[in-house]
Amino acid sequence: MELVKPGIGLLFWMTLTFGIVLYILSKYAWKPIIKSIKEREDSISDALNAAENARKKMDALKSDNERLLNEARVERDKMLKEASDMKDNIIAQAKKSADEEFRKKVASATEAIEKEKINAMNQLKTQVATLTVDLAEKILRSKMEDRQQQEALVNENLKNLNLK
Amino acid sequence: MQANNKKTKRLIFFSSIILLIATAWVNTAFSSHEEKSAKHHANEIVSDSVVAHHDESKLEHAETEIHAIEEKIKPGEIIMGHVTDAHDWHIATIGHKHISIPLPIIIYGETGLKLFSSSRFEHGHANYEGYKIEGNHILALNHDGTVNKEAKFYDLSITKIVAAMFFAVFVLCWIMLSIAKRYRKNNLKAPKGIQSFVEPLIIFLRDEVVKPSIGPKYEKFLPYLLTIFFFIFINNLFGLIPFFPGGANVTGNIAVTLILALGTFIITCANTNKNYWMHIINTPGVPWWLKFPIPLMPIVEIIGVFSKPFVLMLRLFANITAGHIIILGFMSLIFIFGEMNVGLGLGVSLLSVAFSIFMNMLELLVAFLQAYVFTLLSALYFGMALEEHHNEESH
Repeated sequence: MELVKPGIGLLFWMTLTFGIVLYILSKYAWKPIIKSIKEREDSISDALNAAENARKKMDALKSDNERLLNEARVERDKMLKEASDMKDNIIAQAKKSADEEFRKKVASATEAIEKEKINAMNQLKTQVATLTVDLAEKILRSKMEDRQQQEALVNENLKNLNLK
Repeated sequence: MQANNKKTKRLIFFSSIILLIATAWVNTAFSSHEEKSAKHHANEIVSDSVVAHHDESKLEHAETEIHAIEEKIKPGEIIMGHVTDAHDWHIATIGHKHISIPLPIIIYGETGLKLFSSSRFEHGHANYEGYKIEGNHILALNHDGTVNKEAKFYDLSITKIVAAMFFAVFVLCWIMLSIAKRYRKNNLKAPKGIQSFVEPLIIFLRDEVVKPSIGPKYEKFLPYLLTIFFFIFINNLFGLIPFFPGGANVTGNIAVTLILALGTFIITCANTNKNYWMHIINTPGVPWWLKFPIPLMPIVEIIGVFSKPFVLMLRLFANITAGHIIILGFMSLIFIFGEMNVGLGLGVSLLSVAFSIFMNMLELLVAFLQAYVFTLLSALYFGMALEEHHNEESH
């Protein structure tokens, strides 16, 4: 049967053509094409890896930043707290010292008043003594015969006695 | 870039549809044309025979023509003529004229190498240089003009199939080399144009066919497998184009598939390891009595070594030839019915065209599928030849 009988010419030309095509395509087409496809795939996967790495680095940086920021925030809070503590302290101290001063002043004033009082008392005492002596003198000077007279005299003098 | 890719994809899609439609249309155009010309031919010849009594030679010529026309259309012969080889490339017949491209005849015989055009044979009517052509066969002649059956010669002519193959191969090389040039220039850019049609195929073959079938040593076989895939694919596609320079049944020719299968067979044998032959002689997992007194399994396995490429050859040949025969059969139906009645022929043509369109669609799929199957099986055979022992025990 014609259909399934391979012709010698066709076998020859097919072998030749296919051989040449195989050679040409292998050398000048498939080699560069496969190489390029591989290179491109590699470069794509490299780029993806690089992007992934960059993303990771970025994340690390971001978390670092976050950490730094948090630290700064804590620091700031601490500082603020310290400042406010200091302020409170200063105020308290000031208050305390003012109180002390006041108390001191009051105390010294009280002391002075006491002193003055004692002074006054002393003066009063001297005066009273003087007056008493004067009175006694007067009494002594007047006749000391009449008792009534004497009493009246004493009372009169006592009435006149101005205790100041 | 993406938009561009899309555009190319759409372009390829539409062009393939247009190609299909054109194929179907040309099929029908061809058929209706031939029908018409046949009718015309007959009429003319009848009038010739009535009127032109005075012209003896013409009459004689016409009579032989009438004889030819009176013969019933033989679809078997037409179909076989189309699917087998020829020494000239018939394009069309208009009226009395056959339009065909004469192809070079190359004969290597006892008298040395002879090279001349097939037009010297005048379609079998003339002898030349001691040879004549009968159908597709060149026959050697004795000096007295009788056929010399003893003469030894080789017909190395560039036949229709060889010429069609040259054309397809030229297109294939042109496409691939131009793509390769682009790859060499900017290999990191996204593919463009026909590159984006071919690249997915290459990657598909590499990742889905060759790598899983062969394993880590796949790169050595990749060029061969890519070549057979694209060689078969492009020849299948050109075979589907019904007019010049397509239409030749290249991958449906047994010689072509024989060489392809032989290539796979030789590469398989050249890359076998010890394990492969051990597997054949002493097939693991088979009871001993199938091997020992009568070596049944080894015989079966050795037959298998040869039957694998043989089936490879037959499958491609049968698939492609069958596709051509079916389409041509549908076309022939038009003429068989047209011979009975013109109206009937026209009616049948509708059905035939519809079926042909369907078959062309199917053949387009088969064109890819057969190229794929051939490549896949070749890759599997290479993989078997390279298989290491530890893989065997798993199955």
